[in-house]
Amino acid sequence: MDKLIIKDFDLYYDDFHALKDINMNIAEKEITAFIGPSGCGKSSLLKSLNRMNDLVEGCKITGEVLLDGKNIFDKNVDVNKLRKRIGMVFQKPNPFPMSIYDNIAYGPRTHNIKNKSKLDEIVEKSLRGAAIWDEVKDDLKKNALRLSGGQQQRICIARALAVEPEILLMDEPTSALDPISTAKIEELIQQLKEDYTIIIVTHNMQQATRVSDKTAFFLTGEVIEFNDTDTLFSVPKNKKTEDYITGRFG
Amino acid sequence: MNNLKSNIIRYIIKLSALITFGALFFLVGYILYRGIPNLSPSLFEFKYTSSNVSMFPSIINTLILVSITLVIATPIGVFTAFYLVEYANRGNKFVDLIRITTETLSGIPSIVYGLFGMLFFVYRLEFSYSLIAGTLTAAIMVLPLVIRSTEEALMSVDDSLREASFGLGAGKLRTIFRVVLPVAMPGILSGVILSIGRIVGETAALIYTFGTATQMAGGLFSSGRTLSVQMYMLSNEGLHVNESFATGVVLLIVILIINSLSTYLSNRLTKGRTN
Ligand SMILES: Nc1ncnc2c1ncn2[C@@H]1O[C@H](COP(=O)(O)OP(=O)(O)OP(=O)(O)O)[C@@H](O)[C@H]1O
Ligand SMILES: [Mg+2]
Repeated sequence: MDKLIIKDFDLYYDDFHALKDINMNIAEKEITAFIGPSGCGKSSLLKSLNRMNDLVEGCKITGEVLLDGKNIFDKNVDVNKLRKRIGMVFQKPNPFPMSIYDNIAYGPRTHNIKNKSKLDEIVEKSLRGAAIWDEVKDDLKKNALRLSGGQQQRICIARALAVEPEILLMDEPTSALDPISTAKIEELIQQLKEDYTIIIVTHNMQQATRVSDKTAFFLTGEVIEFNDTDTLFSVPKNKKTEDYITGRFG
Repeated sequence: MNNLKSNIIRYIIKLSALITFGALFFLVGYILYRGIPNLSPSLFEFKYTSSNVSMFPSIINTLILVSITLVIATPIGVFTAFYLVEYANRGNKFVDLIRITTETLSGIPSIVYGLFGMLFFVYRLEFSYSLIAGTLTAAIMVLPLVIRSTEEALMSVDDSLREASFGLGAGKLRTIFRVVLPVAMPGILSGVILSIGRIVGETAALIYTFGTATQMAGGLFSSGRTLSVQMYMLSNEGLHVNESFATGVVLLIVILIINSLSTYLSNRLTKGRTN
């Protein structure tokens, strides 16, 4: 089943044509990786999928992104509801400067869950979901900024899970982390696949092969190749893909 | 040669520091030395008479003036800054206009505000010398200060926090009040405290608008003098130079408290940014 269908999608920053005619179907409960050299538009596409690009001045798009068949750019779409359904984890861990508990409860409270025991339940479930419950359960009042970078990133994942999204967008979620934290988060991403559709941007090709089912290779605003990860990495159809994954790229 | 040069420079630097510190030390020491022995209980009597020259009414006037001014200027200033930083598009012409205006306003000498306050509030609106005329003038005077410090505090809040909040489906208002404001709070407060200092230390603009009546201002339309004005008037009349110094001591203490509060808060702000 296709959860997300990207159709004839173009994106401009003022006059700069950053994404060109993107067409892609993202299957439900699969992990899709976006790879490609710096500046090729991976983040731009990812941000558009929950309309974070609305915040960027001068950013214009054409085409459609269908979530369960409905265009997310339609006038009557409530952006806040959309972002509740499509959550985001950023490159740099960005917990709020408040307690761990309040960080996780921020999203549910935003969506009007006020009941204390319900919130407690969500906080625990989300922290467990992000594989950090055991490390912080005795210290939920602690300021989230006092955690290590890897822990902070898992708090951010937990925070995203707390609003029960259907899709998780992750923009290089491990690029600021050490190898051990990275391994933990990769393992976590694998587990999250049970319940969520995940799109992950990564510069790390091993990471793409380790975690993803499908991979899309981007180059200067275009999707050059989009296929099963195994296929794409073992028998790339396109010469440019091959050059990139074998590291022969300029 | 080079050695000599750097030695000379080091000398000059040390000397400058010494002069600055010496001047400050001398000034404060002199006021304390002249003022403290004259701090008699009669200076704090409830009513001012020409024999006790009590500063009590002027202390109360200062408190009232500062409070009302802040009640007016803080919300307007803070919301203006919110608009400039959080709502307006970057590069918007109107925003540039407000920025230039506040920058210009913050550089204008206070006596110009006083003159404007007198011509407009005192005469044109016929408020006469009154608490309300003084308050409105003081509010206009500190507005740029509040706006700029709030703006700076808001801009120092990392955009990634705003993104995180929007990304969870929070709207603009919730993002501002729950995420941005708590982080920016110490900076905003330190701006407000600086404003208090500016009002407390003001004389020229207030003599023209609040006037120089010696008693507590009984209402919005009665005149009065603040502590600084009281000090100025006493030394100006020449009959109560000693009491003027005593008033100066109290003023000094007030300003000292205000400044250390502000330093404390801005320290907390910078700490919050780095960790
Ligand atoms: N806000 C913006 N305004 C103008 N141009 C932008 C903006 N954001 C990105 N771009 C440009 O769009 C192109 C794609 O940027 P994007 O951030 O999507 O690349 P990326 O593939 O995520 O790169 P990286 O791997 O370095 O994160 C780049 O050329 C970039 O300079
Ligand atoms: Mg990127």
